[in-house]
Amino acid sequence: MNGPFDFALALGDDALIAAQRLGDWTSRAPEMEEDVALTNIALDQLGAARLLLTYAGELEGAGRDEDALAYLRDDREFRNCLLVELPNGDFAVTVAKLFFLSAYQLPLYAALAGCGDERLAAIGAKARKESAYHLDHASLWVRRLGDGTAESHRRMQAAVDQVWPYVHELFAPFPGAPVDPTTLRAAFDAAVDPVLAEATLARPADGWAPAGGRDGLHTEHLSYLLTEMQVLHRAHPGAQW
Amino acid sequence: MTEQSPLWEVFVRARRGLAHTHVGSLHAPDAELALRNARDLYTRRQEGVSIWVVSAGAITASSPDEKDAFFDPAADKVYRHPTFYEVPDGVAHL
Amino acid sequence: MYGNDFPAPDDAPGGGLLGEVAAAEAALREAAARRRGRAPDPDTDLEAYFADVIDADQKIEPRDWMPEAYRKTLIRQIAQHAHSEIIGMQPEGNWISRAPSLKRKAILLAKVQDEAGHGLYLYAAAETLGISRDELVRLLLDGRQKYSSIFNYPTLTWADVGVIGWLVDGAAIVNQVPLCRCSYGPYARAMIRVCKEESFHQRQGYEILHVLAHGTPDQKAMAQDAVDRWWYPSLAMFGPPDGDSTHSAQSMAWKIKRFSNDELRQRFVDMCVQQAEILGLTLPDPALRWNDERQAYDYTQPDYDELMRVIKGQGPCNRQRMEHRRHAHADGAWVREAATAYAANQAEKKEKVAA
Repeated sequence: MNGPFDFALALGDDALIAAQRLGDWTSRAPEMEEDVALTNIALDQLGAARLLLTYAGELEGAGRDEDALAYLRDDREFRNCLLVELPNGDFAVTVAKLFFLSAYQLPLYAALAGCGDERLAAIGAKARKESAYHLDHASLWVRRLGDGTAESHRRMQAAVDQVWPYVHELFAPFPGAPVDPTTLRAAFDAAVDPVLAEATLARPADGWAPAGGRDGLHTEHLSYLLTEMQVLHRAHPGAQW
Repeated sequence: MTEQSPLWEVFVRARRGLAHTHVGSLHAPDAELALRNARDLYTRRQEGVSIWVVSAGAITASSPDEKDAFFDPAADKVYRHPTFYEVPDGVAHL
Repeated sequence: MYGNDFPAPDDAPGGGLLGEVAAAEAALREAAARRRGRAPDPDTDLEAYFADVIDADQKIEPRDWMPEAYRKTLIRQIAQHAHSEIIGMQPEGNWISRAPSLKRKAILLAKVQDEAGHGLYLYAAAETLGISRDELVRLLLDGRQKYSSIFNYPTLTWADVGVIGWLVDGAAIVNQVPLCRCSYGPYARAMIRVCKEESFHQRQGYEILHVLAHGTPDQKAMAQDAVDRWWYPSLAMFGPPDGDSTHSAQSMAWKIKRFSNDELRQRFVDMCVQQAEILGLTLPDPALRWNDERQAYDYTQPDYDELMRVIKGQGPCNRQRMEHRRHAHADGAWVREAATAYAANQAEKKEKVAA
């Protein structure tokens, strides 16, 4: 296993699949201002994905660029965590996914910014600022939905309960990676716990911990997502766009 | 149906050394969201700018050169009449 | 300065129009600095005062007195414009998930996001006339206010995204650049901002088509097919011919509108011919040819009966677009309610702490 390549690929896939899901909100958000905000976050994730995948392709040295990696791999070759490929659900599920993802990406990119690999460090330095914004935005909505109306509280708690099992995978050991994901859990908890409390939401008990994304064992959802994302690119082999 | 969220006036300092300038308005239920939305909508996430949001209802206005009749009863309130976009100082072509 | 500053042959579109936007901006400042002559006394004759401001090419501002019909016309026009931006997100948004490269996906996301932003600027401008955004959204969802009919056509292939940028945004810019000089200040200022961002939209569309037209035979065929389907609907965007246009004369007198539908349509055609040549694509009009006498292209008019049918709800996508918008609005209701409730709770807590 080539640590830096696999790691860049995994992080790039996280960001790419997150962007693909968030992009589906465009023109569908609960308020027009929120439409703009969600698209901004999708753009940030996509930007990070492009940097990471480009670098992964260089590390691999097989001539694959960002598009070859994004469009010409099958779901068994994707290395993203399961969390990002889960369907959007209602706005509460999307907020829960973004909340947990950004609470993981922020300390991850911060650690990356200080790692020995210059390219990854530069990507981390850029992306950490964006993650801080994403975490801020998600937290703001967790508080509003959790402590808003009875209906929004019910939906937000259900969303947290639904998504929570998928966070454990994020902190599994990653052999050869420049950042050890197990060290990020404390920062994640420190970001998540107070917001849940303030939002009057219960933190779910740990138990079931689905995993496998980093090994290419995904949920059934990913294949559909990729089919849609890749259809046009694959229909015209070798074409420029 | 929810009632419409309040109107906020947005002021942006585009660069160091410039004053905050009125750039427009937006709706948000509270100041935190207003600030967030202002950043997304009016600065498209540029770094290093400073943003103020002011509840439009908190602004008292006078404009003797503008001859209102239509809005007379609420003439001192700016909240129905945001002046909207102002070209940033010193920018000829963007 | 209109009519003869078309982009040079090797230029992407938008350049000359951006210059016009800048000129409109300069004119706005210049007119503002000018003193009007012996102004009628606003306290005795509001209408004369209003007319005097318009004559001086100065801007009417929200707190100025204005004729009721002027206000209504503006609300209708600005609201329709705002609705068009919001509904217009759908046909292009349709291709975000399938954009064929990550770069194109990023550009398209940014573009559709801009449209949401433009919708918001324009709703804010309309609100200065004393109507709330909620009311305007309600009018749209109830079908009592319209949006541009062009968005009732489907985007069937990726090339449609390019054509929307080139032709639809191009037509919109030709329509909108004169609005930067509109007599109503908030609308004119909003349009200056919108037009600056729109020129990027048109360029990205043109670039998509340029790549397709110089790509594989399949790609070129895709581009030509899209141009064939969108050309006449784009021409129809300028509205009915002058003889049949109901609102034009009064709007021209009030300087809300500065050129007639047919004048703008002609300007658009004249710009597109050259741009299509550079693309190597054919505009689907066998009658298109240069008229030396008129110094303009002769062209075939779009099918105005079709335009009227689409306006009346019989286009391919009218129902789908409205359904999408209504869904988003209805699905988001619980979120908006939560945000409002949260704000009220927080305000109450603050008051308690203060007390």
